[in-house]
Amino acid sequence: MNPAARRKLKSAIFVGCCMFSVLVALVPLAFILFFVVREGIQALNLDFFIRMPRPVGEPGGGMFNAIVGTLIIAGLGSLFAIPIGIMSGIYMAEYGGSRMSSTVRFAADTLNGVPSIVIGVFIYTIAVLPFRQFSALAGGLALGVMMIPIIARTTEELLLLVPGTMREGALALGATRARAVFSVVLPAALPGIVTGVVLALARIAGETAPLLFTAFGNRFFSTTLTQPIASLTVMVFTYAISPYPDWHRQAWAGALVLVSIVLVCSLLARIATRRLERMHGR
Amino acid sequence: MKSRVSRSDFAFRIGTGAFALFLLVIVVSIAVVLTRESMLSITKFGLAFWRTQIWDPVAGEFGALPFIWGTLYSSILALILATPVALGIAVFISELCPARLRQPLVFLTELLAAIPSIVYGMWAIFVLVPGIRALEVWTPSALKQLPLFAGPPLGVGMLSAGVVLAIMVIPFTSSVAREVLKSVPMSQREGAYALGATRFEAIQAALFYARTGIVGAVMLGFGRALGETMAVTMVIGNNPRIALSLFAPQYTMAAVIANEFTEADTDLYRDALVEIGLVLFIITLIINVLSRTLIWSMNRAGSSASQQAAQPAKAAA
Repeated sequence: MNPAARRKLKSAIFVGCCMFSVLVALVPLAFILFFVVREGIQALNLDFFIRMPRPVGEPGGGMFNAIVGTLIIAGLGSLFAIPIGIMSGIYMAEYGGSRMSSTVRFAADTLNGVPSIVIGVFIYTIAVLPFRQFSALAGGLALGVMMIPIIARTTEELLLLVPGTMREGALALGATRARAVFSVVLPAALPGIVTGVVLALARIAGETAPLLFTAFGNRFFSTTLTQPIASLTVMVFTYAISPYPDWHRQAWAGALVLVSIVLVCSLLARIATRRLERMHGR
Repeated sequence: MKSRVSRSDFAFRIGTGAFALFLLVIVVSIAVVLTRESMLSITKFGLAFWRTQIWDPVAGEFGALPFIWGTLYSSILALILATPVALGIAVFISELCPARLRQPLVFLTELLAAIPSIVYGMWAIFVLVPGIRALEVWTPSALKQLPLFAGPPLGVGMLSAGVVLAIMVIPFTSSVAREVLKSVPMSQREGAYALGATRFEAIQAALFYARTGIVGAVMLGFGRALGETMAVTMVIGNNPRIALSLFAPQYTMAAVIANEFTEADTDLYRDALVEIGLVLFIITLIINVLSRTLIWSMNRAGSSASQQAAQPAKAAA
């Protein structure tokens, strides 16, 4: 074999390996989605959404309390994270060159990389230990802390995408900086920011580790913010590692619901970003 | 003299800055609070905490070495499995694939990152672990003489954890590596092609140019693997014993916190777990800082190089 042919062969093998690695990653994805849908569909029914968990041994029942719990905790988290995230994003975009803003950017990236279980321990020590009480509030706080860096960075990125001429126009008309940001730049970037927040929310709703010892879990229905509260993820975890086949069935149903939330949000976000890109393109 | 506008601008800066400062405060207070809450364990055991292997809460003996071992072992195993695949995907998407396929592929790999950890864990318990168990049963006994494959075929254990972690890490590493490859100036590949390089050789040149960023991407994946909790907790077997075998049930730092934190009945026990959390925080912090620095320096080098490349072109025009 002459050297040129050998080099071509090598190149072809390399290209083949790259294609193969895409396949290697997509197979588990297909595998996971397939199993979650197959097992989940069998167990998913109306009862799952509107009934309370039954005691061990009694078949049936649902996860109504956990669904409400997840909504409450995620809602609390966003309430806490959205203002902080968006305002810090504005700061980083507006004062990008300052030392403070690169420090904050660094802190956001760091916080993003902190393992979720460590966030759980942190919130436990500041929001559970002093009151000797697991609570929905602590759970919301934990999820909020995880959302802040994602929202801040998304906001910053999207604000920087807004054409500089728009804010310059506002400033030239005599607007203050705050006015230019809040009534011109931020509204222009808002659809993208909303998309980012929805994505962050979907991702955070699937978190388990930070809730284990903050919101803890609850077999009963509760909307009291100062009491332990159930969540879909923690309930799926408890059910999945239990020895009861009926609980396994329900855990699959819970997993299907979680995956559907993520899937729907990602698809919506993708459609929204596409539309935005087309609008900007015109 | 200050005008109304500049006063308002000052207030705006302070107002948004306060929120940004809050972000900083969270990060600092994680370090401070975790240190304060683990004082009991830090003062009692000192560095011995990280050198002893006995974890016996009933007797009040706490040694965290098995968890360090399990965390590093599982993450490195995941890294070995995930890195070639992740880089292959990054190269395929950024260099080889037809433009029409690019967006869907990016979407699918990002979906892999979006699936909740708990769902990975469930899938691993009910689908992956039985598969791994079959593999372990099928392993020829000659191979089982090796310490790497010793032990009974339980299914749960290091191999299952490593495989799940690898699947979870792939999207992170590949998306960062893709970004890094994107920042490699076209001239690098064009230069290689002009010299008669094959596709592989041109990509090799691009990869070599991007090496710092690629290392950063791999490290970022490593950081993710170190802190991953739920899926690992569900399949690693949760046995605080150091073993070389891939088949042996072991334990990680994140898993021991997840499992035992609510059961910690003494202050010392709880502080020991918080200390494990503190160290996990510090390790991931270091890994993240290092990898971000590498990626940043790569991007900066990339953009300045492309500017330099653009200048002669402008002059020629």
